[in-house]
Amino acid sequence: MLRRILLGLAIMLAVAFGAFYAWQWRGELPPASTSAHAFDPGIVAKGAQLAAIGECGVCHTRAGGRPYAGGFPVQTPFGVVYGTNITPDRETGIGAWSEEAFRRAMREGVARDGTHLYPAFPYDHFTRLTDGDISALYAFLMTREPAAQANRQPQLDFPLNFRIFAAGWQLLFLSKGPYRNDPAQSAAWNRGAYLVEGVGHCGGCHTPRNAFGAERKHEAYGGGASEGWSAPALNASSPAPVPWTVDQLTAYLKAGFADQHGFAAGPMQPVVANLGKAADADVRAIATYVASFIGPRNAADRQRQTDAALAFAKQRAVNVGDLARTTTGVATADDRSAGGVLFAGACASCHRSGGGLPASRPIALALSTPVNASDPDNLLRIVADGIHPPAGERGPIMPGFSGALTDPQIVALADYVRAHYSRGQAWPNIAAALADIRRNPTPAMEAP
Amino acid sequence: MNAPLTSPSRRMFLATGGAVVVTFALRPLSSLAQGTPQAQPKLPGSLDKAPYLDAWIGIGGDGAVTVFAGKAELGQGIKTALIQCAAEELDIDPKAITIVTADTERTANEGYTAGSHSMQDSGTAVLHAAAQVRGILIGLAATRLNLPPDQLQAKTGAVVANDGRSVVYKDLVTGEALHQIATAQSPLKNVKSFKIIGTPMHRVDIPGKVTGAPMYVQDMRPEGMLHARVVRPPNYGAELVAVDIAAVEKLPGVIKIVRDGSFLAVAAQGEFQAIEAMNVLASVAQWRKIAALPEQSTIHQFLGRLPSQDEVIANKGAPSLQGAHLLRATYTRPYLSHGSIGPSCALALWKGDKLTVWTHSQGVYPLRNTLANMLHLKPEQVHCIHTEGSGCYGHNAADDAAADAALIARAVPGRPIRVQWMREQEHGWEPFGPAMASNVSGAIDDQGRIVAWTYDVWSNTHSTRPGGPAGNLLAAQYLAQPFQPPPPSEIPMPEGGGDRNAIPIYTIPNERVVDHFIPQMPLRVSALRALGAYLNVFAIESFMDELAAAAKIDPVEFRLKHLDDPRARDVVTKAAQEFGWTKGKRPRGEGHGFAFARYKNLAAYCAVAVEASVERESGAVRLGRVVAAVDSGQAVNPDGIRNQIEGAIVQSASWTLYEEVTFDRSEITSLDWSRYPIMRFPQVPESVAVHVIDRPGEKFLGTGEAGQGPTAAAIANAIADATGARLRDLPLSTQRIKQAIGV
Amino acid sequence: MTVLNVNGKQHEVDADPRTPLLYVLRNDLALNAAKFGCGLGQCGACTVLVDHNPVFSCVTPIAALEGRYIRTVEDLGTIDKPGPIQRAFIEEQAAQCGYCIPGMMMRAQALLEKNAAPSDAQIREAMAPNLCRCGTQMRILRAVQRAAKLMTVELNEPREMKG
Repeated sequence: MLRRILLGLAIMLAVAFGAFYAWQWRGELPPASTSAHAFDPGIVAKGAQLAAIGECGVCHTRAGGRPYAGGFPVQTPFGVVYGTNITPDRETGIGAWSEEAFRRAMREGVARDGTHLYPAFPYDHFTRLTDGDISALYAFLMTREPAAQANRQPQLDFPLNFRIFAAGWQLLFLSKGPYRNDPAQSAAWNRGAYLVEGVGHCGGCHTPRNAFGAERKHEAYGGGASEGWSAPALNASSPAPVPWTVDQLTAYLKAGFADQHGFAAGPMQPVVANLGKAADADVRAIATYVASFIGPRNAADRQRQTDAALAFAKQRAVNVGDLARTTTGVATADDRSAGGVLFAGACASCHRSGGGLPASRPIALALSTPVNASDPDNLLRIVADGIHPPAGERGPIMPGFSGALTDPQIVALADYVRAHYSRGQAWPNIAAALADIRRNPTPAMEAP
Repeated sequence: MNAPLTSPSRRMFLATGGAVVVTFALRPLSSLAQGTPQAQPKLPGSLDKAPYLDAWIGIGGDGAVTVFAGKAELGQGIKTALIQCAAEELDIDPKAITIVTADTERTANEGYTAGSHSMQDSGTAVLHAAAQVRGILIGLAATRLNLPPDQLQAKTGAVVANDGRSVVYKDLVTGEALHQIATAQSPLKNVKSFKIIGTPMHRVDIPGKVTGAPMYVQDMRPEGMLHARVVRPPNYGAELVAVDIAAVEKLPGVIKIVRDGSFLAVAAQGEFQAIEAMNVLASVAQWRKIAALPEQSTIHQFLGRLPSQDEVIANKGAPSLQGAHLLRATYTRPYLSHGSIGPSCALALWKGDKLTVWTHSQGVYPLRNTLANMLHLKPEQVHCIHTEGSGCYGHNAADDAAADAALIARAVPGRPIRVQWMREQEHGWEPFGPAMASNVSGAIDDQGRIVAWTYDVWSNTHSTRPGGPAGNLLAAQYLAQPFQPPPPSEIPMPEGGGDRNAIPIYTIPNERVVDHFIPQMPLRVSALRALGAYLNVFAIESFMDELAAAAKIDPVEFRLKHLDDPRARDVVTKAAQEFGWTKGKRPRGEGHGFAFARYKNLAAYCAVAVEASVERESGAVRLGRVVAAVDSGQAVNPDGIRNQIEGAIVQSASWTLYEEVTFDRSEITSLDWSRYPIMRFPQVPESVAVHVIDRPGEKFLGTGEAGQGPTAAAIANAIADATGARLRDLPLSTQRIKQAIGV
Repeated sequence: MTVLNVNGKQHEVDADPRTPLLYVLRNDLALNAAKFGCGLGQCGACTVLVDHNPVFSCVTPIAALEGRYIRTVEDLGTIDKPGPIQRAFIEEQAAQCGYCIPGMMMRAQALLEKNAAPSDAQIREAMAPNLCRCGTQMRILRAVQRAAKLMTVELNEPREMKG
């Protein structure tokens, strides 16, 4: 009896697998020949804009490598997937891909030769693009400098190194098709939604993922991770002390700085560098969309929270008068703590307010998201590694303090900063978080 | 100018046994004439300003030889080069020579160490003075040994006779043996016999600098010294309305708070205490802001609309631009910062009725007069001693730091006061290199020859150096009784200011060059290395390439077609040869660029060839090989020349690709390296090779500023070659290049 | 009172524990090499070694440094007996104004302790935090290469017994 049941099950599984296999199988599309001159410059320009918003170059360029030639390691919970060569090189890039092949990859996650692509390539977002925009991106990529660089195979834990699992993932989690306008919302909101949900793929970092590595749709923008950094929640749980407004978001995304939130750091640096090249209207549209769900929903709550945050920041501003009074015994106990003394000597020369020397103009620490986040990861990475602008560009220079400060000192400093500049609870185990960061140092990220 | 010294202090410094240097030594020739002035022949170099030989060379009773020079060591290696000149002509080991520079009580007044004049003025003077001293020594030995001079020669610190007898220098020099007025002719050695001049002798100052010796004014720690900091206004012209100093006086270590009108400073025991006190003082100071600045993005149009004093500086033929290929172009540069790595610093001590100032100012004598003017003193009461700072590259905040220190020292007599400027203060308050614009037009005939040329350049003054009136010192402008800056003036040709190198060196039958001097200065400006030559050579050499392209002639060939000076041709040919200049096709995105200029059309010749590649996606420039050739006349220290040109190339590459001062409608905003980025190691060229063409026997030609202009144009020409995009507005930033390339 | 180990010697320093190391080195200990360039950790003129790491002494308070090993240029050699890095900089004449050079040498020392034969690209990357305004970078790169060779020679030479 048991044998019959098992045999029946085996047959069902075989049939199911067969059906699945048939469903997922994709044929190879024939190689195409295109000439860079075949593309309308206006369409190429539109593609450039979309590529900027989509940050294609960030994952498809390795540190020190040729633009779009691939090799960048995308860290996933399952191993490393390397960005591929998407230059028009025929042998190692996508030079032989027709527009149809390109569209299939963007909408369905299938390469020209029929292989299923791992969702480290966020086609679950790119599928939201219109055909016209996919054509424009194709035109853009086909007119880049070809670079011969062979793709590196992914290094995934067994058995995920078999592509059939990518197909399975698509079956479960990929809902294909372009974005559909919400008629109840404004044109700008819809444009922003189209860009964010589509080419911008913000949820790729800012939405938590399930055990299969797929975004949890019901927790959209509830926070995630990228390259070892925390990607803060962009929904009602946003940790920013001052609720983000359209203006602040626009400023931050366009120029990497918002005066009530601070500078872009970590993986956001190349993002804002790219968005700096995008059309102002598009960046504002993105800001409009995100502003519609980030932070408190109620206008009165937003005002209350803004006022409270600014008042707290003012009260806790590193007033130079306070610093000087530390030695005359008027300061608070925590100013004289190990962390407080370190702060005064290592941080205050830039991170003070008042005083006649507007140095790098970092904002009040009490307004900073990393200081107010639920985990210390981003603050620790910033303190350990610093912030560095791209070569020759204007941008904040913050030295990294690894080496200058011991890890226990960095922990004490982070503890002090949290206590002094945040109304949130103390972080429970900063030392463990720092040890984790030491095990996973920040890789170099370059934006072409 | 020079004032006769009455203080005996110098005599006391130098009186050692036989050699006595008299205070008269520093008097200029003209003040020595008795009765009716006689016509005097012009003496070589700065000997003309300080004609007594012992103003330049001293030989002590212990045999020690001292060279006195009015020029200062700025890191350009002048101390070493002058020692080489003296050692050669005096025939002694350079290690036996000590050099004293730029001290208002010990050295000649050679004005400013600027304009690449040091070798021309001071080098020439030291060379000739040493030769004449050698002649005197031989003469003295002839008397002593009872031999004719032709049987004697100077050799390693002694005069040696053919018969083997010898007398060391110190035994020859007694009384005022060297206190003689120089003659116009000198018994200079034959250049072929040079053993020290022309060799890459190691710099005398480097060993101390790499082993932590106290080499800089920043390293001085005299007994009783106090650390001071100045609180500067929030922007130009702001007035200090109120400041509650009571809170600050109680801070640990604070000794004195100085307020004079809107000048506000604090002196404290410890350095960190001074910084903390400065911060607190700044937080309690209340200012009334007055000034408004123009819009940065349209600054050239703004400057162009200001009243200007126009002067035609070249007018040849009739540049009618008809019937020929005609091109026009406009070139611009932004305000640029000196960006000295070490912010300015000075020490001052007020004792009795005498003020002593240790400063890295480029002109200790002019500074002395200016400080005296500010403090209502007689110049003799002020003693300025040049002490090295970090590289200044022109008129930075050095003199202002000296003024600050002097004001505070006056308020705390008897204590040496050390003022250290902060990074933000140096970036925000130093006088910048002015923004400039120029219009060029040129016509070429069918043979590819330039037949007509017009050039118009607009610029503020390139010098607001303190030269007497105190109004050029920053602090003096903010005192309760403020000094007004004197009206600026253009530096006259042939040197020029904004019009430096505005006249092309090329042979052009019809040309007209006009200098539009703009007196009104919305931002504080003064001399930055090369002055107007940076923009003018950038413009001319970029335009030469544009003309060459229109004529379909290779850019190097095109230049040679219009260059008659054989030394200029040699430099161009040498650079092209060493670079491997070819007309071949290059890999995509890679370009070669060439440029040439003779600094001021009368100093060193310099040609630069650059290989650059441009990344199409970003517009980023990567500099590959850079090859330069330079002719500085007689090369005293070829490695010193190479060092200067290498440095000029890297510095100019940074200016050209990255730099511009930024400002909003109220104040300067590029206040530190994060907002005024300069080139870092990963971006410096792959290699820089400098070839020195030595011209033994020729005059020394100023070299320190010769590389700035050609480098800028060579880079622009390389970018044009690589991308087809011609950029004319400095800096040639990544964004501008990307915009020009397109998607 | 803070006890600092500088160049192998213990010093008792009576300065506010918040004081950045740079001011203590220069003013309390009269060590001239490390320089004030910006006080903001942007230029590297103040670079010294702490536990073999290159740090900006202008933003490192002495409170962080008790019990740690601080090294400055003065420990690399003297004017009469310059160490390999100093010799390399002298031989290459790698200085114009020289103000940035001590910071350069300490950062180079840190690099060469970790990587005895760095490539040109690795040197450029390692030295990037330090600014030179005179444009001496080409010579500095050559000096670091030369120092690497000199240090290897020194390691391989038979050592004399130190009395």
